[in-house]
Formats: sequence, C-alpha cells, structure tokens
Amino acid sequence: GGDLRLRNFVSPADRKRFSTSVFIPFSRKTLCSRDLEGSEAMAQPLVKKDDDRDDEAEYSPFMGIEKGAVLQEARVFNDPQLDPRRCSQVITKLLYLLNQGETFTKVEATEVFFAVTKLFQSRDVGLRRMLYLMIKELSPSADEVIIVTSSLMKDMNSKTDMYRANAIRVLCRITDGVLLTQIERYLKQAIVDKNPVVASAALVSGIHLLQTNPEVVKRWSNEVQEAVQSRAALVQFHALALLHQIRQNDRLAVSKLVTSLTRGTVRSPLAQCLLIRYTSQVIRESASNSQGDRPFYDFLEGCLRHKAEMVIFEAARAITELSGVTSRELTPAITVLQLFLSSSKPVLRFAAVRTLNKVAMTHPMAVTNCNIDMESLISDQNRSIATLAITTLLKTGNESSVDRLMKQITNFMSDIADEFKIVVVEAIRSLCLKFPLKYRALMNFLSNILREEGGFEYKKAIVDSIVILIRDIPDAKESGLLHLCEFIEDCEFTYLSTQILHFLGIEGPKTSDPSKYIRYIYNRVHLENATVRAAAVSTLAKFGAMVDALKPRVFVLLRRCLFDSDDEVRDRATLYLNTLGGDGEVVETDKDVKEFLFGALEIPLVNLETSLRNYVAAEEAFDINSVPKEVKSQPLAEKKAPGKKQPTGLGAPPAAPPSTVDAYEKLLSSIPELASLGKPFKSSAPTELTEAETEYAVNVVKHIYDRHVVFQYNCTNTIPEQLLEEVSVVVDSSDAEEFSFVLSKPLRSLPYDSPGQTFAVFEKPEGVPAVGKFSNTLKFIVKEVDPNTGEADEDGVDDEYQLEELEVVSADYMQKVGVSNFRNAWESLDADLERVDEYGLGPRESLAEAVNAVISLLGMQPCEGTEVVASNSRSHTCLLSGVFIGNVRVLARLQFGLTGPKEVAMKLAVKSEDIAVSDAIHEIVASG
Amino acid sequence: YLQQACPQVKNILVLDSEGKRVAVKYYSDEDWPTNGAKEAFEKTVFTKTHKTNARTEAEVTMIDSYVIVYKFVEDLHFFVTGGEDQNELILASVLQGFFDAVGILLRGNVEKSEVLENLDLILLCLDETIDGGVPLQTDAAVLANKVASHNIDSGAPLSEQTLAQALVTAREHLTRSLLK
Repeated sequence: GGDLRLRNFVSPADRKRFSTSVFIPFSRKTLCSRDLEGSEAMAQPLVKKDDDRDDEAEYSPFMGIEKGAVLQEARVFNDPQLDPRRCSQVITKLLYLLNQGETFTKVEATEVFFAVTKLFQSRDVGLRRMLYLMIKELSPSADEVIIVTSSLMKDMNSKTDMYRANAIRVLCRITDGVLLTQIERYLKQAIVDKNPVVASAALVSGIHLLQTNPEVVKRWSNEVQEAVQSRAALVQFHALALLHQIRQNDRLAVSKLVTSLTRGTVRSPLAQCLLIRYTSQVIRESASNSQGDRPFYDFLEGCLRHKAEMVIFEAARAITELSGVTSRELTPAITVLQLFLSSSKPVLRFAAVRTLNKVAMTHPMAVTNCNIDMESLISDQNRSIATLAITTLLKTGNESSVDRLMKQITNFMSDIADEFKIVVVEAIRSLCLKFPLKYRALMNFLSNILREEGGFEYKKAIVDSIVILIRDIPDAKESGLLHLCEFIEDCEFTYLSTQILHFLGIEGPKTSDPSKYIRYIYNRVHLENATVRAAAVSTLAKFGAMVDALKPRVFVLLRRCLFDSDDEVRDRATLYLNTLGGDGEVVETDKDVKEFLFGALEIPLVNLETSLRNYVAAEEAFDINSVPKEVKSQPLAEKKAPGKKQPTGLGAPPAAPPSTVDAYEKLLSSIPELASLGKPFKSSAPTELTEAETEYAVNVVKHIYDRHVVFQYNCTNTIPEQLLEEVSVVVDSSDAEEFSFVLSKPLRSLPYDSPGQTFAVFEKPEGVPAVGKFSNTLKFIVKEVDPNTGEADEDGVDDEYQLEELEVVSADYMQKVGVSNFRNAWESLDADLERVDEYGLGPRESLAEAVNAVISLLGMQPCEGTEVVASNSRSHTCLLSGVFIGNVRVLARLQFGLTGPKEVAMKLAVKSEDIAVSDAIHEIVASG
Repeated sequence: YLQQACPQVKNILVLDSEGKRVAVKYYSDEDWPTNGAKEAFEKTVFTKTHKTNARTEAEVTMIDSYVIVYKFVEDLHFFVTGGEDQNELILASVLQGFFDAVGILLRGNVEKSEVLENLDLILLCLDETIDGGVPLQTDAAVLANKVASHNIDSGAPLSEQTLAQALVTAREHLTRSLLK
C-alpha cells in the first residue's frame, strides 16, 4: 500500500500552498508592469488626470534629473578655476541621485571619486562639507583612500574645529587598520580635545572602529575614561558608550565602572540611560550568587525621580525587567508608568502602556492599579496605544469584567487595522482559556467578527482561536463547529476552507449528531473551486468511515462526485468509495482504512521530498518504507522569538517547531528505544542549560512516563568552524536516589546551526512522583570544518562541556487541566476522597506571592481566574485542577489568610479519584 | 552590535505627502539590504501612518518589530526608526532635534519644495544628527548652528558665532542655492 498512502500525504493545505505560491506572485507581477505602463503613459498630456498635472506643476530643483547628465556635469570638478557654488550644486545632485536609490557602476564611482578629490584645492567651507559627505557616500576602495588620506589628515590638524571633527569622522569611516595606526595619536588627542564636537567625533568613530580594529581602540582606554568626566553632555554619553564597549567582556571592570558612576554625577540624560542599562547588566550577572537586598536597586529607584523623562522611563523599564522582581520593587516603577499613561504626549503613553503590557504577562496584579487609566486609553487616537491598552486589560481583568470589556472592544473593533484586530483576537483567545466559563460570550464575539469584513491573516487568527477553544473546552465544541460551518458557507479563502474541512472531518464524527454537518460539507462540492471540493470529498469519507449510520448517505454523495470536472476530486471519490466498500454492502470500516484516513504523516516532508527526487532519477519502484523517519535538523531549540510561542491552531505549517505535545509524541515514537516506553504522561517546557551566546546552546525537555523519565536535550552548535559527532549528555544522578540510569541515545552528528536531539532515559518506581537533581555534561567529538569547502577533518578530538543542573520536581507529575465548572466537579467526587490540612507558610512578600508559590509548586491549573489576588485583601481562595500521574484527576481548594504582618497560613482541601493521590498532594506541600 | 549597549537609530526618513522619498538615511544594511527593501519599508510605514494626526505632538507606532516615532508638517512626514527594544523616548528626542533643526534652517518654512531646494542643508543636518546609527547631537539649536556655520569665515571658532548669524547665512545660502 505504499502508493496508496503516498497520495494522502499531500494534504489539501499543501496543495493550496503550492498553488498560491505559483499564482499570487504571478498576478502581482502582471499588476506591477501594468502600473508602470500607466505611469509611462502619463507622460502624454492627453491621458493625464487633473491632480496629476498639479503634482507635475509643483516645482522641484531635481525635476527631470538624469544620472548620465549629472555625471557629465561633474566635470566642473576638474576646472582649473573652481566655482565652489556650482560644485556644491553638482555634489547635491549626485547625493540626491544616491538618496533616491540610484547606483553608480564601479567605473562611474571611481571617476566621481577622483574628480571629487580635486575639490580639496578649494578653501570654501561649504564645499568642503559637501565633499566630506560625498566621500562617505562613495565608500572608496583601499587604493582610493590613499589619495585623500593626506588631505584629510591635514584637515584633522586644521585650526577650524568643524574641519577637524568632520575629517576625523570621514577618515575613520573609510580607513583600514594600517592607516589607523598612523592616525592613532591624533585620535587619542581628539578624544580629550576641549571642543566637544571634536571629542564626540573621535569617540563615535571609536565606537565604530572597535568592531573592526578592537586591539587599536582598546589602547585608548585612558583617554576615553578621561572623556567620561567631560562637562559636555554628549561627550560624556559617547565616552561612556565607548568605554563600556571596550570593557564589555570584563565583568569586573564593568561592575567597577557602574559602581563609581552611580555614586557620581552623570550630566547627560542619554549617558544616564546608558548607565541604567549597564547597571541592569551588572545586576543580572550578580543575581545568581547574592542573597538579600538587590545591589544597585536604590540607584534605579532614584532614577525614577530624574528630571528627564527618558531617564525615568529607562529606569522604570529596567526595574520591571529585573529577574524575579518582587512586588515591592515593582511598585515605584509602576507608579511612574501610571503617570505617563495620562500624559499628553503619545510617545510617553505608548512607552508606558507597552511596558505595562509586558509586566501584565508575569505580574498581572501589579498592573491592576492602572486599570482605570488603561480603560481610558481604549479610545486613544493612537491605535497602537489603544490596542496595547485593551490587551493589557484582557490580561489583568478578572472574570467579572469580561462582559464589560467585550462590549468596549466590540465598539472599537470596526475602526482598527487588521493587524491590531489580530492582537485583540489572540488576547481574547487566552482570556477564554483562562476563564473557560465565559466561553459562550467569547465564542459569540469570535463568531460575530468572523462574519465581518477582514483580510486573510485576521480571519485565520479568528479561525485558529475557535479551533483552540474547541480543542480545550469540551463544552464549546458543538457551537464552535457550527460557527466554522457557517463561515465556510461564505468563505473567500480556499486555504481556510480546506483547513476547516479537514478539522471537521476529525471532530465532526465524534459529536452527538454528526449528520447535521453533512449539508455544509456537501454544499462545498457544489459551490467551490476544485481544491475545496477535493477537501470536502475527504471530509465526507471520514464521516462515512466513523459513523456507520451515515455510510449509505455518504456513499450516495461520494458517487455523485465521480462525475466532477476535476481529476483530483474524481480520484479521491473513487479511492474512498473503494476503501470504504462503497460498492458492496455497508460494513464496519476496518482498522487499516481508518489509519489511512486519519493517520498522520510519520515522515518528515523534507525526507519524503529527497526520496521522491531520487526516485524520479532512479529505475526502481518507489517504496514508502525506505524513506528515513529520523528527523534531521529539527528546530527544537526554540531560542528565537520566545515571545511568539502561540498555541498552534489549524494553519500550523508542517515545519513549525514541534513544541506541542503531539510533536513530542511523534518525535519520541520515531525512536525505537523510546517508543517502547509508551506515551509520555507529560512533557515539560524546555529549560535552558546554557547561558545565551555560548558555544553550544542546550535546553532540556523532561518527558514523564509512569515508570521512566526521558530527558530530551535539544542541542545547537553555534560555531561554524566545528562539526560535533557522537554527541551525548552524561548525567550524574547521585542526587536523585530513586532514579536509575537506563540508556542514552547519542546524536550521531551536530553540524553548525542545525539543532539536534540526544536523549537520556531513567527508570523510577511506578506511579511515584520521585524528585531529584541531575548534573549534566555534554560529551562529543569535535572536528574542524574548513570554512571554504565546508568539509570536516577526518580526525576529531574528544571534548566535554559543562551544562547547568536540571531538576525533576513534583509539578512535573501534574498536568495542567482545567475544569469549566469547579463546583460541579468538586461535588461529583465523594466526600471521603477529601483530605484537609492546615499549613503555616511563614513570612511572605505578599499574599499574592504566597498564592503563586503554591500554584507553581503543585503545577496545577488555576480555575475561574482565582490565581488573581485582589490588592489589599487579607484572605484569598484559590481553585486548582489537574491530572496527576496515573491519570488521576485532582482538585484542590486553597484558602489563604494573613495571620501576622507578613505571615501567611493556608488551608488546603484536596479531592481526587484516588485517596492516595490526595495524600500525595499534601505531602508535596508539606515537604515543599 | 550596538543594540543593547547604545541607543541605535536604524533610519531617518523624510517622505512627502504621497510617501515618496525626499531625503532618507539608513544605518542598518542588515535590516534593509537592498533599495527595494528600503522602498518597501517606506511604503509600509507611510501607509500605516499617513492618516494619523502627528502635527502637534510626535506620534509612535510599531511595525514589523520596529519602533517608529514620527511627526508631520505641511506636506512632509518625518520618521525615526529603532529596534523593538529601543527606548522610544530617546528616539523621540532624536526626531525632535532633527525636526526642529530643519525648522530653524528653513526659517519655519518647512515643506517639500523648500527642503528640496535646500537639500544640501538637510543632508548635512542628517549627517550631524546621527553617525552610523549613534545619536551625535539631539539639540536642535546646536545642530542648526553646526550646519549653518559652514558659510562663516573659516578662521572664526564655532563658539563665537551666534545662532542669529548662522541663520542669516543659512538664509543667504537658501536664496542662492540650486537656482542658478
């Protein structure tokens, strides 16, 4: 059946992708060339429109400018009697041409450059400045630079400061290393020159030169340090930037610099902003080995009272980004940001709301005080501000404010751009997952906006959201599917129609009344293009396969499709009628057929493509079993764009990083040693085991099974000159007594920038939530790679690389699974399955902090928004739900109260299907 | 390379009321390697902002992970672009400095035809505002002074020229600019 399966691999989505990539650019091109013709035609007065004529009438000194003519004009540079004004005009014209995107050929550029160098003869200051600009724009080659060097060096020593500053900037821009050592002495003097323009010119040039000639610039440290003390604001700014660049790899030196400057006075607001950034860096790097008060926090807080807004903002932002920031540390920063929210300056409002929006993701409670100011921003003229405000509110809002917010959003949806609508839709989606009880209101909102006008990306975001709600909230399934059905009745996007049909085929047959969807699906066969018709045929077949009662009707419909005008539609109908037995009597669909209809593609598309290419060139028949299943260079590292991790909806492209459970399952089952372990109970989010920007980037995903844990190490080699082979992680489990090592699955080869995985498997007592710490060492053979040929040396060297520790914690054994109605769920479990106990949690930062600590300790899903603690409240009840290892549903009711100034006590009631699990939860809290 | 350590401006754009380029300067070839990429960016920025009112206060938006602050006057649209982590208030001070300096140089007569006629002054002003992405000067009066001073006697030190003198020279320069 290789051939049979193969056809199924090209899903409707892929077909659509192929066809759009062919057609859309083609039609655009046609359009563009038409436009061009149109504008050429406008040169004839007869077809000109009136307003076009007005435009042309507008005078421009560059009207009708033409490169060839200007290059001719540049001959005036060679005149024995230079006319400075005329020469300046010609340079301006040349610069205008370059500015408009015109390019000079190598020959033209050289000619202009040589002509321009003649202008050093003139003593006209204006012309000299234009000359400087021109030389920078031409970026001359090394041999050309030599010609102007002596002139520029003369200017560098001129009495005119303006000459000196500009000559430095030009020379440093075009110079190479050899020349740089010649002028180094002048530059060092210039850095401490009393004229700030000259000093800044030298310092900024130093910042650029540090990238190409670090060893030279580093020798200027003393002068730069002196310039940091300059009374001129911008000199101080440029000097500080350069000094930090010079020392950035020396943590101690940066720390010293910050220590001394935070005590002194920094005059320039820009320099103060830099100091705040460098201070944050020092705090970040010292955070891991210090306890108690955070160093330099007082400095950051002091900057909140600076007179310059840019400094206040920089400091507020720095505080919000401190790792593990406490609510006490946050408060003063939030207060100034709140003031900015009502500023008359849009930039200030934007800066504040953008920062608060980020804070709301991690500390929603800290932002709730700003809710009133935030609500008034919903009607802000600036739509970026309004959108950030609304999404912040959606993140911080509680269940009771949902309805009011939805009303406000409905009012302004119609007058914002699609890309903002997408942001709103995504915020609504996460709100719905947070408050599953509110799904009706939110689903209604989504279905309403689905009916309105909108572009593809927007519609796709809505459809994706509905799909996710259907998957995550069982109660939302039937209404969600019907909304999607109504949408495809009048959907202009083939891609979305095919995706929805595919989804319907999977979910529809499992509903209480599958027959009601048939009409919507069969309508597609009548009304749509071939791609959608083919997808509809596949969906019909799936209903036929799953619902025996519908089989005869489905067969009738499929037979009608045999007369379709399109090959693919007819072929599919024939195929399905045969596989489902449509020509004989109605029998139960057998397992193989179901697998064929519903099975996922187990082969990476890239591998399939390679195999098919080989097949086209070869003689033998194609064998699907010969296609390798091993996943090569899967981008599992997930280092890029951590903020963009969205739940994947319908339209997830097949190449997307497989961060979802499904993808992990697929990966694990493709490896024989791991496939035998069964299905993982839970896969954790990746934890980084290396710092950013190191030679090798490794993160780990913990897969928890009943009797095993599997550590999946995602490795990336960031050194282009190296090829790593036989990569494995040696795990020391001496601090994890209950675990015993089973096997390690090394990675055969890890080329540059192509992530791969190695695995380690441990056994543990069945069903027991064992915890422990594991230390990790990356082991590998390293081979040099020739950068020119890309070929690796034959001989390699054994090497090791120390990674961070990883820990298996109780929360790893708990799946976050919410319930839509906590009370019903709670009452459905017998009272004798309940275990209650009280705990003193000791002194805590705040009630909210205590609640969050317990939630993350247990790793359960907060229900009904109860993770949010109202400010100033002295008690709080939190409802949690989850599934514990062994597939045991667990519910927990936590009542917190303040007993002393900061003392928090907690009453914990746990119910679960297994009383032993209720006890285990208490044990986790007692030992945590 | 400067992204985190130092405020970095990715481009300054001056477009006309139809989104056409009047004067632009890019400081990041990695973000926009070709003229086509630059034009596409300008088109997006223009389309997404031209309906807003950025005439009294500078406005701000985010497009494709860039923070863009902008201000309009007459038939001209001024933009300053930075990376998404950039402090938008620093970008705004760069914009304001450049914008006001152009105002001083053109004696408040800021419109497309004037800018084109004095394009040399505008290009010099851009050059004095940013050097390779690093803000060089953000004070409008100082900027205008630096640009306008080039017609003063080369022997006289910069500090002895008053802004008024500079403006007179700028004006003279204006009248005899590209018009022959």
